[in-house]
Amino acid sequence: MDWSHSLRLIAPEETLSIAGLVLLLISAWGGDKASRLISILAVAVLVGAAALVAPALCGGAMGPDTSAFFGQFRADAFASYAKILIYLSAAATLVIAPAFFGRLGAMRAEFPVLVIFATLGMGIMVSASDLLTLYIGLEMNSLAAYVLAAFLRTDGRSAEAGLKYFVLGALASGILLFGMSLTYGFTGTTSFSGINAAVAGGLSHGALFGIIFMLAGLAFKISAVPFHMWTPDVYEGAPAPVTMFFASAPKVAALGLTMRVLLDAFGDQAQAWQQIVVFLALASIVVGAVGAIGQNNIKRLMAYSSINNVGFMLVGLAAATPQGAAAMLFYLTIYVAMTLGGFVAILMLKDAEGNQVEEIAKLAGLSRTRPGIALGLAVVMFSLAGIPPLFGFWGKFLVFQAAVDAGMMPLAAIGFAASVIGAFYYLKVVKVMYFDEPADVVKGESDVWHKLILTVSCVFISPLGYLLTKWLGGLSGTAATALFFAS
Amino acid sequence: MSGFPILSLMLAVPLLGALACLFLEAKAARSVALVATLVDFVLGVILWMNFDIGGAQWQFTERVGVFSGFSYALGIDGIALLLVMLSVFLMPICIGASRSIEKRVGEYMAAFLLVEVFMLGVFMAQDLYLFYMFFEAGLIPMYLIIGIWGGADRIYASYKFFLYTLLGSVLMLVAMLWMVHTAGTSDIPTLMAYDFDPSVQNWLWLAFFASFAVKMPMWPVHTWLPAAHVQAPTGGSVILAGVLLKMGGYGFIRFSLPMFPEASAYFAPLVWGLSMAAVVITSLIALVQSDMKKLIAYSSVAHMAIVTIGLFAFNTQGLEGSMLVMLSHGLVAGALFLCVGVIYDRLHTREISRYGGLAINMPRYALFFLLFTMASIGLPGTSGFVGEFLSLGGIYQVSTGAALICTTGIILGAAYMLYLYRRVVFGEQKNADAAAMPDLDVRELLMVVPLGLAVLWMGVYPESFIAPMRADIAALDARLARAKPAGDSAPTIGKAKPAHEEAAAHEGSH
Repeated sequence: MDWSHSLRLIAPEETLSIAGLVLLLISAWGGDKASRLISILAVAVLVGAAALVAPALCGGAMGPDTSAFFGQFRADAFASYAKILIYLSAAATLVIAPAFFGRLGAMRAEFPVLVIFATLGMGIMVSASDLLTLYIGLEMNSLAAYVLAAFLRTDGRSAEAGLKYFVLGALASGILLFGMSLTYGFTGTTSFSGINAAVAGGLSHGALFGIIFMLAGLAFKISAVPFHMWTPDVYEGAPAPVTMFFASAPKVAALGLTMRVLLDAFGDQAQAWQQIVVFLALASIVVGAVGAIGQNNIKRLMAYSSINNVGFMLVGLAAATPQGAAAMLFYLTIYVAMTLGGFVAILMLKDAEGNQVEEIAKLAGLSRTRPGIALGLAVVMFSLAGIPPLFGFWGKFLVFQAAVDAGMMPLAAIGFAASVIGAFYYLKVVKVMYFDEPADVVKGESDVWHKLILTVSCVFISPLGYLLTKWLGGLSGTAATALFFAS
Repeated sequence: MSGFPILSLMLAVPLLGALACLFLEAKAARSVALVATLVDFVLGVILWMNFDIGGAQWQFTERVGVFSGFSYALGIDGIALLLVMLSVFLMPICIGASRSIEKRVGEYMAAFLLVEVFMLGVFMAQDLYLFYMFFEAGLIPMYLIIGIWGGADRIYASYKFFLYTLLGSVLMLVAMLWMVHTAGTSDIPTLMAYDFDPSVQNWLWLAFFASFAVKMPMWPVHTWLPAAHVQAPTGGSVILAGVLLKMGGYGFIRFSLPMFPEASAYFAPLVWGLSMAAVVITSLIALVQSDMKKLIAYSSVAHMAIVTIGLFAFNTQGLEGSMLVMLSHGLVAGALFLCVGVIYDRLHTREISRYGGLAINMPRYALFFLLFTMASIGLPGTSGFVGEFLSLGGIYQVSTGAALICTTGIILGAAYMLYLYRRVVFGEQKNADAAAMPDLDVRELLMVVPLGLAVLWMGVYPESFIAPMRADIAALDARLARAKPAGDSAPTIGKAKPAHEEAAAHEGSH
């Protein structure tokens, strides 16, 4: 356990932080004119960081060798899997953002820098193996995210979203800290392995309250019901590329973190938190589905959809098995692809003046005026609804399979039945696009990057995605094994 | 033909056709769709000719392990073969019936070809999860077909169709997950021989029932069917009645019966009850319809009830009978929807009262409509008779009461079909526009003549259709034997009298 070994393990984080600082300096001297250059450099840095974490995933890194800084940080296959998803989402955000902000004259050099720092924070979150590392990563991500939500300074809705996100996020952080302090007080340690050893003989009441408060805080970050209220407002108000970022990368990070805390630190006390997770899962599925029905704004609809999807992923967590964890990771991969595809399609909806079209009613007849976008969005919607043969089905299938194999039949039956409610509003979008008479509002042209990302994600969630099940299944299985090996 | 992946080819042809249609102009799309379905039909004929009757149970099997969690495994037995044949036979006719579709032809043809891919996949799948995926996937193109090209109330109908069938299916998936977890394989032939714990069977059976009963559809969860049928375009109705409804019956015969024999016996009275209710209630509803398509839709529900009653008779007669009813109904209901479509294209109304006296200006049409009407009623010599007779004969061995009530369906069927025929074809020509309609043209004749010939073939020489499935039905019957419910009409026909009585009688005659 020497310093050079630890420093080698955190190479991706070092890369990101140094690059972030350098880019910050470039932006300070270059001004907003340099924003394009900074975006390109930031994407390059993210690709480089992904290349640095990939070997740990492919090699199936796990065990004591992956632990850095005396158990503070863990760079194993699980962290690598999550990080690759996070870097991918961040890179996609940076690729599509300039077109959006450029039109509003709001593209600023700080944007890529903020995304880089948020990504750094998320990387630390999924690698945390100590409550303090966890908190540092979480806050690093959150502080950048608050600014990103309010990035469109001239837009009142964006400022509102930033403020709401900040106030509620700070409250959730407070709750999380309270839970952490209770856990520390009753177990005498902040490291996950120490907590695991301390609660091995059974949970004290204090530690149980610690779990509950920590889960409440984490549920806010992953926007699980009943801590989801901020999500629709923030998603609607934040600029669309930022919403896409929020819906993808931080979800991966926060879910990865939750998995670490529950399966690593409290892995042997699963029965203590399982029922809480079951409640969060079912409540998210139902509220996410029912809440979406009345929405007229497509971004709000996607917000409820993300709540709904988080519910499905939590089903895998409730199983508390390596299979469940692998299923969650697989689902997260598909979810990221669906989210990127969905939001890019939404970004491509522009009227003649180039303003974003967000009202669902204005998409009427899109299949005739813009067949490409309509097809893409329809594929995403059917996939989110989990209708085979689209790939979204496979994610749901895996988490429910894990639940059934863990003997949780009622959870699987109720969850699946509730997914039918969700299908209703996804169908509504398809109905508006395909069945209604054209409103012919969407006229704007999109740049090639949007089309590329939409195409790639649609191909991934099309039936062709099933060809990847062996490969991705193997990787997510390795990652889940690493997570359980750590505990 | 061993080794040649003919089943995959049959899936690939319409799939490629569908992708091509998406990018083609209306006229080209029609041709591509017609060619693709005809090629598939030819492949189907080759498949049938190479099917070895009396050979291995599963033939033309393919298995490729490209996926994790499930395998791409295809294969057919005699039962699947017949349903595959029905599908590929009806598809070109459906494409032909879509001449009246004017808007978004390319997408329409693509959706239809996708439906064909998924239907064939359902009948060919040898892996439980693969089956489920095909089973569900058909919802998407059908939803679009009803919703985009349907009638006035299409939106409501499309939602109802989608959500109803989806809710039924997800419960089945949970049961499938449990079965695979317990049995350790998702291979359908293995599962068909796997004995599940009888106490759990009931739950599994109910979960599958939820799905198949909706697809079938059985009373009282049939209400999506009239809505979907009436609103769908003609081609959509034909394929919906002709093949999609058979998925429920296929599900029963492939999954519910062989995998859960005890539970099937336990719930048989429930199925009988629902079927009896369906036959009487939906026939009476059909009697009062003023919309032609709705009338035929309700008659479909009644016919499907004859299928379920035969399936749950637990004997060879009943099982073979239900298969024949399914095939016959596929042809006849498809043909009847086609007949409605023919006059709908001319007058754009489905109101029965707007027609009348068509025998005068459309004699050829009247002839074919009469043939299909008789087949629907079950006149001997047509396909309807063979299946219904066997089904009802099968159930009679088990429950005389059920047989009695279900047989009223034949009488009621005759009532509503003849009443429909009289109002549309006979009588005086009340409406000038209806009287001016031209008779069947060549395209329409090309569609109805094959159907008519098939109906007569199945009615006169049903052996062609029973032979491929005989061994499979016998195997299923043997599997069900241990759970067979005691019949209340214990058949005594042909039972030899005890020897001394016979001797006494013999002496007495001297």
